[in-house]
Amino acid sequence: MTFLIQQTLLYAVPLMIVALAGVFAERSGIINLALEGIMIFGAFVGVLFVNLTQTLPVFADAKAAGNWVALQGYEILAMVVAALFGAIFSLLLSFASVNLKADQTIGGTALNLMAPALVLFLIRIIANQNTLQMNGDAASWFMLKNSLFGMKRTEKGNFLWETFVNKSYIATYVCILLFILLSILLYKTRFGLRLRSCGENPQASDSLGINVYKMRYAGTTISGALAGMGGFVYALTTANCASTGDVAGFGFLALAVMIFGNWKPLNIAGASLLFGLFKCIAAAYTSIDINGDGVYLLTEIGVSQHVYRMLPYIITLVVLAFTSKKSRAPKAEGIPYDKGQR
Amino acid sequence: MKHSLLEKEGTRSVLASIISILCGLLVGAVLILIMGLSNDTLGPTSAWEGIRLIFGGLFATGRNGAGALTFGFNPSNFGNMFFRATPLILVGLSVAVAYKTGLFNIGAPGQYLLGTAASLVIALGIPTTSVPAPVVWLLSFLGGVAAGALWGCIPGLVKAFLNINEVLACIMTNWIAANVVTWIFDGSVFRNTTEGTKTAYVYKTSVNGVQTAKMGLDKLFPGSQINGGILIAVVIAIGVYVLMSKTTLGYQLKACGSNRHAARYAGINDKRNIVLSMAIAGALSGAAASLYWLSGNTEFYWSTYQALPAIGFNGIPVALLASSNPIAVIFTGIFMSMLDIIGQQVTTLTAYNEYITDVIISVIVYMAAFSLLIKTFLAGRAKNKVGINVNAEPAPAAPPVSPEPGGEPPVQASPEKGGEEK
Repeated sequence: MTFLIQQTLLYAVPLMIVALAGVFAERSGIINLALEGIMIFGAFVGVLFVNLTQTLPVFADAKAAGNWVALQGYEILAMVVAALFGAIFSLLLSFASVNLKADQTIGGTALNLMAPALVLFLIRIIANQNTLQMNGDAASWFMLKNSLFGMKRTEKGNFLWETFVNKSYIATYVCILLFILLSILLYKTRFGLRLRSCGENPQASDSLGINVYKMRYAGTTISGALAGMGGFVYALTTANCASTGDVAGFGFLALAVMIFGNWKPLNIAGASLLFGLFKCIAAAYTSIDINGDGVYLLTEIGVSQHVYRMLPYIITLVVLAFTSKKSRAPKAEGIPYDKGQR
Repeated sequence: MKHSLLEKEGTRSVLASIISILCGLLVGAVLILIMGLSNDTLGPTSAWEGIRLIFGGLFATGRNGAGALTFGFNPSNFGNMFFRATPLILVGLSVAVAYKTGLFNIGAPGQYLLGTAASLVIALGIPTTSVPAPVVWLLSFLGGVAAGALWGCIPGLVKAFLNINEVLACIMTNWIAANVVTWIFDGSVFRNTTEGTKTAYVYKTSVNGVQTAKMGLDKLFPGSQINGGILIAVVIAIGVYVLMSKTTLGYQLKACGSNRHAARYAGINDKRNIVLSMAIAGALSGAAASLYWLSGNTEFYWSTYQALPAIGFNGIPVALLASSNPIAVIFTGIFMSMLDIIGQQVTTLTAYNEYITDVIISVIVYMAAFSLLIKTFLAGRAKNKVGINVNAEPAPAAPPVSPEPGGEPPVQASPEKGGEEK
């Protein structure tokens, strides 16, 4: 059970934060199809940052001395760097769709093509292979472990401790915290209200003195930052801090989560947990022991592994089929804002 | 009636595409320059070689005794260019047909995969000892087309009847396809087990004696993989042009794309047409897969559940550059495969790698996103220069009968998203 919850969280949290990234863009009126590409780019930048800086004395010493607090700070710093570059990368999308009034679907597709190409081009030159990794493994550098808190090797905490602290990453909790804070920003502040108005009726917002272009830039940039960070968190927690120019369709899955969640943070959190669960089942069904009796139920049913791998995508389609009638996208999304239009 | 060349919609589309291409190549060159100058092991000399290959890689013939790059007519490069253009043209047509009918077919990779699976299973599964090889080839080709069409129907159906955004449905069906295809070949008899070094590859179809006829093209381009597939692709492209521009069905499909509600008001069955256009798009992607794998010298890596075939996505730039005009797709498809060859040459001859061409392609797509802006800009220049350049050659004309102005993609993309209730 502990294993199931932990693994689900590992998959659900990047999905959740990237889906929220989608919400920020779409609520401001820009369709961000480029989430996948920005994730790939963010993952690459984060991994590259760790790869380049981990030999610096300040971090290497912290590692040697077992100063885990400093290492957690290092992890968060890498997340910030990934977010920053994700935001910069997303400027390409905002520039095309806000200033040049380009087709947002094509612009997003372009970014989705650009990110893996650029990343693989650079990785091949930097690392002479198709994968860029940090030196050593992510678990020994960044994972929270019982031993860090002075517990003995055999000692075990209670259920909650084992589930949520031991063998988890602080990135997961930073993301959850950010998710909550940004949801409040979107729903309870003046900025959030203005941002959302630009996605519903930009002409009306403009007439009230809101700068629609700025708001759309803000929405897309926040979106880019979150997606970049989400990409790095994905690479760190599920891919052992390696960048391969690929995030296995997580960006697109996040889009589905966003639509399934009806562009609302709370629903998105629920939806991403559901998808995280299915992703987790697909990845690790052979080692899931639901009630702890040593029987690996999902393996024993004898269903092909391919079915489990397909499941998240099939569920998405089915769920969308049922919810699409009720779902309500921001009204003005995808339409370039033109001041002259009424 | 004399028009300035710039006033013609078709010319403007072609010019906009050329500008996009030049921007893409320029970005690629600049990227190589930056990497060359910032990296000591590469250096400016290799950067200069890389840049020359980006612009003239098609003509690269290797290095001479002194180690300098040599250029000249390279029949193997040309032949391989046409060979690789075959699937690109067909996938480009697939995206173009969908685009003409107002749908964004990002599902080409999935349709391509299903086409691949069906083709290979038929081509390898029917023994040529009992059935003549040409018949097996034809069955396999048709099987690939049918499989692609069926897979394309799924996003079409959910779009038409459940109002699910086709982009999302396509993406989901892509990943489902990747898993289905892996499942089909996992543990099957088609896996190449005789060559131990090759894990997770399917046999070449030539093992069963099934391969596309060369039609004498291998004499023209010796040392290349070329076969008759390119001619079939060109014929199909012309067929699609006729279908879309000269028939009632094509008119109905495009009418649905321009305005689904108006089309329904005019008595056109919009739901049927959405499904049909996705089916046609899927069939074209399936045909692309069939022609590529039936060549007899290509091997399919079946354990594909973690990655989608890049060729499916490359149909998007092919269609965009061609402004979704089926005839223009032939040329943009060949152009894209030229980039592919360039990438290959860059990888073999310099320290850079083939991903540079993917960067170039992505820049081209990015530029295509605001091709409308470029066209408007060109139109503005045309007004200042009326009467000049009257005798220049006519551009590949946009289809004469077309509900939307000219042959440009429907940039006024429908605001519908994610099954929004209209």
